[in-house]
Amino acid sequence: MTTTEIINPENLVYIKPKVLNDNPMHYCPGCSHGVVHKLIAEVIEEMDYQEKTIAIAPVGCAVFAYKYLDIDWQQAAHGRAPALATATKRLLPDRLVFTYQGDGDLAAIGTAETIHACNRGENIAIIFINNGIYGMTGGQMAPTTLVGMKSSTSPNGRTVPLNGNPLDITKLLAQLDGTCYVTRQSVHNVANVRKAKKAIRKAFENSMLGKGTSIVEVVSTCNSGWKLSPADSNTWMVENMFPAYPLGDLKDL
Amino acid sequence: MAKIKGAIVVNIERCKGCNLCVVACPSKVLSLNNEANSKGYNYSYMEDPDSCVGCSACAYVCPDACITVYKVRV
Repeated sequence: MTTTEIINPENLVYIKPKVLNDNPMHYCPGCSHGVVHKLIAEVIEEMDYQEKTIAIAPVGCAVFAYKYLDIDWQQAAHGRAPALATATKRLLPDRLVFTYQGDGDLAAIGTAETIHACNRGENIAIIFINNGIYGMTGGQMAPTTLVGMKSSTSPNGRTVPLNGNPLDITKLLAQLDGTCYVTRQSVHNVANVRKAKKAIRKAFENSMLGKGTSIVEVVSTCNSGWKLSPADSNTWMVENMFPAYPLGDLKDL
Repeated sequence: MAKIKGAIVVNIERCKGCNLCVVACPSKVLSLNNEANSKGYNYSYMEDPDSCVGCSACAYVCPDACITVYKVRV
């Protein structure tokens, strides 16, 4: 059977979800954001929630997520996505409301909003992309940057006496009574992509069931910020990020 | 024994040549093309189409969702 014979609608097994539109994404080649966008689109499509979803875009690379996912969006000031999501969900409780934030947005300038939204147990889902760096602004050190990790503002590597310890904010959020589901995932290979999708689905379902705040951290790569190729970034992430940010559920009520 | 044959279609203009699908493919089907798309990226293509089993690994890891997968039992 030739390739042209196989390429037939009845043999289709995988296609781009429709919620993810045809606009070419501005992300660097190999960026984890694209995979997570795709998973969110797939979950929304499977749950049939395209008309009932309001997402909150962050400040950072993913600020343009509203160009790629055909759902309703709002764009929050830097770090304030959980506050805006709180208002949105309280005003329109029948909608699926989630925020999509990076580590600079969620764990630095938005720490207060994040912690208090989670502590109040707002019925929102938070998708947290942790790549240990400020990707958009040029690879500066973030709260989640690992000890010894080089960034443009720690060119010799992060040191504890000068820069303090990396902030494991997900672990912190798991201790709050308002959170119902806190998990850490990654999207570097097929098995983990599938697991991450399940986690996103569970977070969205929890939000609609009114169980409290769900946080899905996705340990991600920033290959241009890390100055590595996409494939090498994945290897580096497995070797260096996973020991500091181990994958798995931190809380599942 | 039933044999499974697969094939993929790459959205050439959407592909950024990140190489993640090439690394992810368990059957070593994919490779980056020497030719580039209009943006200058060496897009991914099936170098060895006969080995494809339609497992979709390439499509799962593709950050730009540019791979469509087909699979058939022969």
